Amino acid sequence: MTKETIVLGIETSCDETAASVVRNGTEILSNVVASQIESHKRFGGVVPEIASRHHVEQMTYVVEEALNQAELSIEEIDAIAVTEGPGLVGALLIGVNAAKAIAFAHSIPLVGVHHIAGHIYANRLLKEMDFPLMSLVVSGGHTELVLMKEHGSFEVIGETRDDAAGEAYDKVARTLGLPYPGGPHIDRLAQEGTPSIKLPRAWLEEGSYDFSFSGLKSSVINTLHNAEQRGEVIDAKDLAASFQESVIDVLVTKTKRAVEEYHAKQLLLAGGVAANKGLRERLQETFGEDKNLELIVPPLSLCTDNAAMIAAAGTILFEQGKRSGYALNANPGLVLQ
Amino acid sequence: MNVLVIDTSNYPLSIAVMNDKMVIAETMINSKKNHSLQAMPAIESTLASVDLSPKDLDRIVVAQGPGSYTGVRIGVTIAKTLAWTLKIPLVGVSSLAALTGPGRYFDGLMCPVFDARRGQAYTALYRFDEGQLVEVIKDTNVLMEDWIAGLSDRDEKILFTGQDVEGFWQQIKERLGNRAFRTPITGNLPRASEIGLIGMELEPGEVHDVVPNYIRLAEAEVKWLESQKREKDNE
Ligand SMILES: [Zn+2]
Repeated sequence: MTKETIVLGIETSCDETAASVVRNGTEILSNVVASQIESHKRFGGVVPEIASRHHVEQMTYVVEEALNQAELSIEEIDAIAVTEGPGLVGALLIGVNAAKAIAFAHSIPLVGVHHIAGHIYANRLLKEMDFPLMSLVVSGGHTELVLMKEHGSFEVIGETRDDAAGEAYDKVARTLGLPYPGGPHIDRLAQEGTPSIKLPRAWLEEGSYDFSFSGLKSSVINTLHNAEQRGEVIDAKDLAASFQESVIDVLVTKTKRAVEEYHAKQLLLAGGVAANKGLRERLQETFGEDKNLELIVPPLSLCTDNAAMIAAAGTILFEQGKRSGYALNANPGLVLQ
Repeated sequence: MNVLVIDTSNYPLSIAVMNDKMVIAETMINSKKNHSLQAMPAIESTLASVDLSPKDLDRIVVAQGPGSYTGVRIGVTIAKTLAWTLKIPLVGVSSLAALTGPGRYFDGLMCPVFDARRGQAYTALYRFDEGQLVEVIKDTNVLMEDWIAGLSDRDEKILFTGQDVEGFWQQIKERLGNRAFRTPITGNLPRASEIGLIGMELEPGEVHDVVPNYIRLAEAEVKWLESQKREKDNE
C-alpha cells in the first residue's frame, strides 16, 4: 500500500477564514469556510483592518472544525499548506502565523502556497490534471491565463493590465446601485436582459493574451451618465447583459487562442468569477464539444476562496520537496512561478 | 509550570520562558524588523536555548494590546494557535504592563506610554502596592494633551516608561515639571517576563475567545457609525 499524504490547508488572503483537510491532493476530507461578507456589506467592500480582526477571531475555530469534520487529529497531518500571497497583507498574516504555530507545535512540515496556484489546483479535486493545460483565472483580484506544462510549474501568459474582471463587475454594479458584492447581481440581471448596448472590447496588441477592463468599465459609467443628462432611462438589465457580453467575449476569445497555440489538453476555470453563469455557459458552448480538449469547471464552493484548493496545491509542492521555514512571511505581491 | 510569554505589540519583540517564579530565558529584539518574520524563529530559539520543546509548555501568556494592530494580532494569533493546538491554557495581559517593571521601586505612579499617532497615546496608570501591581486607571486611548492635563491634578510623582515617551517628553515636562520622571533607555523596553508574572496568576478563559484588545474601533467602523448617526439625525 502506498503511503497517503494528508495535508491541512489554511487560507486567509481576503475575507474568508478557511481551513481544509485533503487526502493525496485529490480528495476533500473537510472544507470549512467562515465568510465575513455580512460584516463587510455595510462598508460596500472588504475593509482590510476589519478582515484581519475577523480572521483572528475565527482562525482556531475554523481549523478545529476542519480537523473534526475530517475526523483526524493533528498528529495525522503530514504537512500544513498556507496561502503566503498575494492578498491583503494583514489578512494573510493571520493564516501564515497560525500555520507556523501549528507546524512548530507538532514539528509538521510547512509549505507556503501561492493563492492562484490554489485556485488552479481546486480543479485537481475534481479531475486529475493532464499536461499541458491552460487555466483561465478570473476573480476579484485576478484575470490571468496560466499555462502549466507539469505539476507545480506555472507560466502566466496573459494578465490584466488594470482592473481584474471581478473588480470591473463590482464597480459597474456599484454604478448601477446594486449591493455589494455586485458580480452575482450583474450576472443575474444579464440573464434577463439583451446585449443591445454597444460597448468596447479591449483586444490590445495583436497576439497579446493580456486583458484590460478599465476602459469597458468607464464606458459603462459614461453610457449611464450621458443617458441621465439626456433624461433617458437605460434598462439596467440590458446594460448588465451588454457589459457581461463584452467581458466574456474577450475572455473566451483569448482563451480559445491560447488553448490552440499551446495545444492544451485541458482547460481549467479558476477563481471567484468562475461562479458566473454567463461565463460558464459560453465556455461550455465554445469548448464543450471539443474532442481534443477537456473543459473542467469547478462547483461554486471550489471557485470562491477556500482552503481545500490551498491544501491541494500544497500537496504537490510538499511532494516535490518544497518546505517553508518559521520565517515564512505574508507576501502580498507574491509572483506566480 | 513552564510558561511561554509573547509580546509583539510594538517595535520591540519580547519573548520569555518562565518556570514557576523563575525567568529561565528572555529574548528582546528592538528593531523595525517584521514580527511576522521574526516572532516564530525567536520563540523557537528561546525555547531551544533552555532545551524545551513546545510539548513541555504548560501555559501561554500573551500581550493582548493595545499597540500596533498588526503587531498585537501576530502575537495573539501565534499564542492562541499554540495554546489551542497544544491544549494548554492561554492568558491575555495588557501590553502596557510589560513596561511597568522599573516602577517597582519608585515612590509614586507609573505611566507606560505607546504612541498612537496624531497626538494620541495608549496609556494607563499604575502603582505598586507592597510589590503588587495595582491598576489606577485602566488602558485607554487618549489625546496626550488631555491625559497630561488630567495627571497634573494629582500631586504624586509619576514615572513615564516606554520608548515613545521621548516624543511627548517636552509636553509632559512643561505641565508636570519636576514631578515627572522617565526611565533610561534600558527601562524603556517591554519585558515579556513582567507580563508573564501577571499572567501566571490569572484565571485562563476559553482559548478560542482570546482576541486582541485594540481599545479603539477600526477607522472604517468609526466612519460607518458616524454616517449612521447622521442619517438618524436627518430623519
Ligand atoms: Zn481568490
